[in-house]
Amino acid sequence: MSRGVLAGWAVFAALLAAVWGVEVFAVPWTDPYLTDIVIRIGFSLLAVMGLALVLGFTGQFSLGHAGFMAVGAYGSAALSVYAGLHPMLGVLLGGFAAALAGAAVGLPSLRLSGDYLAVVTLGFNQIIIVLIQNTPTLGGAQGLTGIPVATNFGWTFTWVLLGAFFIRNLLQSARGRVFAAVRDNEIATRSLGIDTTRAKVVAFVIGAFWAGIAGGLIAHYRSSIFPSQFQFDRSIEILAMVVLGGTGSLSGPLLAAGVLTALPELLRPVAEYRMVIYSLLLIGMMIVRPKGLLGNGELTDLFRRRRPAKKEAA
Amino acid sequence: MTLFLQQLLNGLSLGAIYALIALGYTMVYGTLQLINFAHGEVYMMGAFAALYIARYTGVADNPTLPGVAMVAVGAMTACAILGMLIERLAYRPLRNASRLNMLITAIGMSLLLQNIALLSFGALQNFPSLLPETQWKVIGVAVRSNDLVILGVTLSLMVALTVIVERTQIGRAMRAVSHSRDAAALMGIPVDRVVAFTFALGSVLAGAAAFLVAMDKHSVRPDMGMTGGLKAFVAAVLGGIGSIPGAVAGGLLLGLAETFVSGYLASTYRDAIAFLLLIGILLYRPAGLFGKSTVEKV
Repeated sequence: MSRGVLAGWAVFAALLAAVWGVEVFAVPWTDPYLTDIVIRIGFSLLAVMGLALVLGFTGQFSLGHAGFMAVGAYGSAALSVYAGLHPMLGVLLGGFAAALAGAAVGLPSLRLSGDYLAVVTLGFNQIIIVLIQNTPTLGGAQGLTGIPVATNFGWTFTWVLLGAFFIRNLLQSARGRVFAAVRDNEIATRSLGIDTTRAKVVAFVIGAFWAGIAGGLIAHYRSSIFPSQFQFDRSIEILAMVVLGGTGSLSGPLLAAGVLTALPELLRPVAEYRMVIYSLLLIGMMIVRPKGLLGNGELTDLFRRRRPAKKEAA
Repeated sequence: MTLFLQQLLNGLSLGAIYALIALGYTMVYGTLQLINFAHGEVYMMGAFAALYIARYTGVADNPTLPGVAMVAVGAMTACAILGMLIERLAYRPLRNASRLNMLITAIGMSLLLQNIALLSFGALQNFPSLLPETQWKVIGVAVRSNDLVILGVTLSLMVALTVIVERTQIGRAMRAVSHSRDAAALMGIPVDRVVAFTFALGSVLAGAAAFLVAMDKHSVRPDMGMTGGLKAFVAAVLGGIGSIPGAVAGGLLLGLAETFVSGYLASTYRDAIAFLLLIGILLYRPAGLFGKSTVEKV
């Protein structure tokens, strides 16, 4: 193993130890309200990293991310309620279920260029909600209750760390470079002999997987879930986080996920205007700063300014 | 046989509405290559415009034929103005931006209008009865007067649209812009004005559809643009997006498919049919029924 890889694993292990240290030594003495907000930020982080990969790095416009969260949530909940699996194994399998759904949606629609994916994923989101509402074993519109509670700070951020390291390493691998190539110029990428449809489907499936993980954790957080939690406006919320944070950045959307999840708590009085504010932010951002706050950059770039400037690609 | 004819009539009436809305999607896509997600919201706002015009001019309490016509024209005008405003404020600043950015703006616009409507108009309002509603039995089929109004209005609007697009100066300009925006600009066609006119024309049709639906269903809701608009978009893709006869054919096809599925199978699958059709079409004929498949060039 090279030194870089070893250092990466060391950082990962240290962060993981820190997460569980906080869980064991700090969480029991912290205000439960604060812990609740932090855990929900963790859910947003997981959902956002999947969409950042699909939209930000691969340039594919998915509007049904909450649908994949629903698949993960209901899949894992059903496994732990009806099959008695360990909740975290259920979360993992829920993620795979969401990935499978991602393949089923992505394979037909990603063969085509551009805009069709937006409509198909939106439709998928609607269909999933209708299906859940009409399935009595999943609780229908009244919601599924009696799910064993297992999600806590430690598990949530263990998954967040796994996701962040996985996606960061993926983006720095050869396959990750292909994603960005597809986004920047699909025809040129295809002319190099790269199967662009395959790359898009792979990115989409991975994005769906992490959305499913987020859904599974949500399912095991409060012992009950409702179809209304995974409707279209949840997809839009995640989309807003990615777009505001920066398409082509990983840390930007993660930062936006943290801020936009905590912000409604601070702004309780204007909660009903939340969607109006999100939509105005989306439109304004597209007109004023189309690449989002960080654009293609990462937070760490802000600390690297003193190094000789990298050659900017035009 | 009676059931078949009944479903055929219901399907045509539903399909006519889809076709009217789909035309707006397809014309805007033809000129800007943009899925105008806000078009469904223009349709929804048209229904509310009709409601408030009918209420404040007294037509709601005392409907007369000229009054009802005025409500319809008022809703169509309101939609035209809204459509042009959206284009001017949100889309024109992004004329040369990437398609992804325009799509995100369109989504933002759609959400903005929907939530403004929800906050200012509430979740559901009743729409007054404007025309006397009767029903005739023709060989066992229930023919409602509203179905005849819907089909009649739709047919005459489509004739008018065909005349505008095929026979007038501005129609020729629209076809030129949708063929190639750059070449049209070089030939001295005022592209911005043609795009604004396209939005207005599509929005007028959406306004008419909104008036017809509100009158038929007796209710208007802020989320009607979401479901109605999405299905109309599916209809436009079915027919081949960018093609005007395609949008009409796609709308009728979708309307018939929905009524026959809910008539012969189960009505719970009704809302899934649109997207199953869409996925099927995208797999086997990506350009739609009337669309031409294009080759990407660098």
